[in-house]
Amino acid sequence: MNTNPLRSRSTYAVLLLSSSLTALTLATSVAHAGDDKNLADKIARGKYIVATSGCNDCHTPWKMGPDGPGPDMDRMLSGHPEGMAVPPAPKPDGPWLVSVAATNTAWSGPWGVSFTANITPDKETGIGKWTLRNFRDMLRTGRHMGQGRPVLPPMPVPVYRNLTEADTEALFTYLQSIPPIRNRVPEPLPPAVPVAAN
Amino acid sequence: MLVPSRSAHRSDITDADCAPQSAALPGGWIALHGIVAACAIGVCVDIAHAGAEDSPPLPQRLSETGLFSPGTTQVDPKHLSFSPQYPLWSDGAIKRRWLHVPPGATIDASNPDAWVFPPGTRLWKEFGHDRPIETRFVERLADGSWRFAAYVWNAEGTDAELAPAKGIAKLAAKGAPRGTYAVPSRDDCRTCHEGGAAPVLGVSALQLSPDRDPLAPHAEPKSAAQVDLPGLVARGILRNLPRTLIDHPPRVTASSPVARAALGYMHGNCGHCHNDVGPLASLELSLTQETALSDTAAKVLYSTLGHSSSFRPREAQPVTQRVVPGRPDSSVLMLRARSRNPMTQMPPLGTQLADDEGLALIDRWIRHELPTPTKEVTP
Ligand code: HEC
Repeated sequence: MNTNPLRSRSTYAVLLLSSSLTALTLATSVAHAGDDKNLADKIARGKYIVATSGCNDCHTPWKMGPDGPGPDMDRMLSGHPEGMAVPPAPKPDGPWLVSVAATNTAWSGPWGVSFTANITPDKETGIGKWTLRNFRDMLRTGRHMGQGRPVLPPMPVPVYRNLTEADTEALFTYLQSIPPIRNRVPEPLPPAVPVAAN
Repeated sequence: MLVPSRSAHRSDITDADCAPQSAALPGGWIALHGIVAACAIGVCVDIAHAGAEDSPPLPQRLSETGLFSPGTTQVDPKHLSFSPQYPLWSDGAIKRRWLHVPPGATIDASNPDAWVFPPGTRLWKEFGHDRPIETRFVERLADGSWRFAAYVWNAEGTDAELAPAKGIAKLAAKGAPRGTYAVPSRDDCRTCHEGGAAPVLGVSALQLSPDRDPLAPHAEPKSAAQVDLPGLVARGILRNLPRTLIDHPPRVTASSPVARAALGYMHGNCGHCHNDVGPLASLELSLTQETALSDTAAKVLYSTLGHSSSFRPREAQPVTQRVVPGRPDSSVLMLRARSRNPMTQMPPLGTQLADDEGLALIDRWIRHELPTPTKEVTP
């Protein structure tokens, strides 16, 4: 699919010039079409992975609708809402260890309180500046951007690290193609027990 | 921009890797949706481990890596001992380091800030408190790939055993802070060593410069037995080093001795991840010193002053700038270097104690050595 008008026009001009050049130009166009197809395939595959791996369950804030709670797709994958007030979570009681906010974006457990990340391609508050390598390393090492602090539960790193290289790339390519949403997710809260000294 | 690094192709995962992890949960662990979290220091952490195993298999014992003269625990005198002028803070551990370059092979220093080491290069770094605890091993294989391993010393001090790939979160160790010592996972080795221009961090033009910084925190005085930059050249191990760096040994260009030491300290402690060539280049935070530049400090100042931080510390909500001249307490860089909350601290791994001496230096640098802003620089 060649949607670039400039490219189409130059193809037209060259067609008039020489048949051997025409062949070359056509070949180039086919290659571009191949790239576009490849990109579209990757995005479709990535979209499929998001749809089947639960990213919206945690990274899209849930709201109450006429048929009960569900992800608010106007805020698709933009993470825990910036301005939302988060009072202290109920204390763990017996076997009940983890509490989740109604948005599904704030999780309280023995690790403290984690807030799901903005994984839209917004450059300042999302993953718009990330490279594929940052994304892949994050899934492999469980560290922020692959190199920083540990990524907290319940982000299912131990599950997603089993994604193949191709699926990891497709997932990242899809995430970079969705609408960017500006939403600065807060840093996690430490566990109730004081962490390290100093 | 994509630089393939980890050899973790997931086709190699075995059934064991995918088995429910809740099966073997030791006390203090919780399982949630198949997510395993170790509640070690009050914070639940599970670092996933790249599954691909190195080939050929790593030696099981340190004695098999070639560090010692055969049949002894004496370091083979053929290996070159060295000490970087800006050492990494490792909670006060006593460290010793050795380099081995195969006979006849050379290190290419054409790019003075990204030396290319020959296959067969090996490095060891011993960490100890009351006694040696761990020795880390880095090797460049024949195919050009690098591998990383940690060996834990036995109580008798006669040899060290290969540590598991996932490291050891808490090893009891006398003399270590709070009596425990963390052995890094192999992923963690790569996190730091593959974050910059070259995977070897302590053997570089600036780190081995004979023009050593007298204010560098925790630097050991270089002994005559240790090799430095001219020593590597004289031995014929280093080639293509730009002539100017022999005539004028590399040093941090700074406005004052304190600024020089602070910038050097950040080079040694932060620059391996925060630079403009590695995977975190997109953060546009460069804390590294490049000897190829005439003004080595410029990038650091440019990428910190007037830059808003994407990290907003909970501990100090209104703080939003990376570095505010004159105000260390309003500088995210300072707050993160000072913190040992695992979610905030910098560096994020390899240390449980803040480095008072290093912090004091950065504090002085921010407080007294930086130009006060005349204009707003936006990121
Ligand atoms: C069970 C809930 C859950 C699911 C499902 C989930 N995540 Fe997350 N994710 C989180 C939480 C919580 C965080 C923030 C953790 C933190 O701050 O340490 C997070 C963080 C992230 C981050 C940022 C990591 C970093 O380096 O800071 C990315 C990227 C991400 N998730 C991608 C995904 C993708 C892609 C999917 C679907 C394939 C997904 N997540 C599914 C809970 C979830």
